[in-house]
Amino acid sequence: MAAEETPALEVEDVRKAFGSLEVLKGVSLRAHKGDVIALLGASGSGKSTLLRCINLLELPDAGRIRVTGEEIRLVPRRGRLVPADRRQVERARTRLGMVFQQFNLWSHMTVLENVIEAPVHVLGLPKREAVERAEALLAKVGIFEKRHHYPAQLSGGQQQRAAIARALAMEPAVLLFDEPTSALDPELVGEVLKVMRDLALEGRTMLVVTHEIGFAAEVASEVLFLHEGRIEERGPPAEVLGRPRSARLRQFLAGHGARARRIGHA
Amino acid sequence: MIDLEIVVANLPLYVRGTWTTLWLTFASLALGLVVAVPLGLARTSRNPLINYPVWLYTYFFRGTPLLVQLFMIYYGAGQFAFVRESSLWPLFSQAWFCALLAFTLNTAAYTAEIVRGAILATPVGEIEAARALGMSRRLVLRRIVLPSAFRRALPAYGNEMIFMLHGSAVASTVTIVDLTAAARIVNSRYYSPYEAFLTAALFYMALTFAIVGLVKLLERRWHAHLRPLAP
Repeated sequence: MAAEETPALEVEDVRKAFGSLEVLKGVSLRAHKGDVIALLGASGSGKSTLLRCINLLELPDAGRIRVTGEEIRLVPRRGRLVPADRRQVERARTRLGMVFQQFNLWSHMTVLENVIEAPVHVLGLPKREAVERAEALLAKVGIFEKRHHYPAQLSGGQQQRAAIARALAMEPAVLLFDEPTSALDPELVGEVLKVMRDLALEGRTMLVVTHEIGFAAEVASEVLFLHEGRIEERGPPAEVLGRPRSARLRQFLAGHGARARRIGHA
Repeated sequence: MIDLEIVVANLPLYVRGTWTTLWLTFASLALGLVVAVPLGLARTSRNPLINYPVWLYTYFFRGTPLLVQLFMIYYGAGQFAFVRESSLWPLFSQAWFCALLAFTLNTAAYTAEIVRGAILATPVGEIEAARALGMSRRLVLRRIVLPSAFRRALPAYGNEMIFMLHGSAVASTVTIVDLTAAARIVNSRYYSPYEAFLTAALFYMALTFAIVGLVKLLERRWHAHLRPLAP
């Protein structure tokens, strides 16, 4: 982590409220190239909202977001922040690959069409090149032979791997994972975690909202524990998960312990 | 018993009527569809200045009988001096134009609501995924929302096509010799309503059958994603 290197992602003091409910009360984080940051926290702690604020699917009420050094310009209008330039947001999003809990593949397109859609129509990649790239990625996540299937014809694990390939096809600087295994049947969790582990080993920069403590312990370079909209603890996984300081984190880990052990043995 | 001679003798009349019914129906369906897509989109707008006028339009045309709409245009338009004196009068004085206009406005109203429903049923996650990949609003609409909405709208639109075909029978009340008018002519000439209208009914059924086939063909192409895998 050289000090002079531009971080892939910087988030500074992001705040977000839904009505009177403050979901994020000032959260900052920084991901350098190759970092894998695991975001843990109970449901309602604001982890998913944080991820959605980073690529502006939700508009933060305050804070700064820099993607590969470029700050997304937000300006106040009628008491809230809005993007100064929608094009800039769209460009920034191409560098932030998002993987959703519910996969969100486009149901009317085949897997291959899903993966080439944005490279062709957003990046302007020639179709042949996009197909080559997509096929290589689909082979990598292990569903090459399913490329002409439609999402509804795949298992949840296969759909999520297709969604990961779709995000990778943009060659993003940072991958955002929003509880990528929470909607999966238990026996399908492993295949998705394996793909994510491989991506981490390749040196991809990843921000992962997850309940999989075992995955965080094994793969993350940093663990953040969110509680009620604030980062309660942060640090290397061995420290945060091994020697939790706050009662809240201890409680959280105890609740997830059984699952973590199960995954650890898998 | 059925007097087939009457039917055979008047077949050319029925064929001409069928042709009129066909072009009136499909011209208004095509024009109506072109109008309906932007109107349906407008109906999904949160801006009341965009949404409300279109709502009023669809409410009026879905809330009144097609026959009344046709009479208002065919008989009503000529009542106004500014219409008679306008450069459009040569069109408004023609029955076929009035029918085409009434049918187009009518089917556009129904289709706009079909389009609206189909757009609103787009899974939110699919739109978010598109935005998260950097697609502009326009691109999301063109590549994700509309293609998926058209697929969802197809069964309902198939019905609308059939309704329009049958609704086009009201054209026979304003001097247009469509399939129904052909049957009325035959009936008044021979006083044989059974032969006259049963023949028309069979023609309508054949046309309906063709529409059903067309929709099925489109479904086969467009609904591949809904089919289970072949074993």
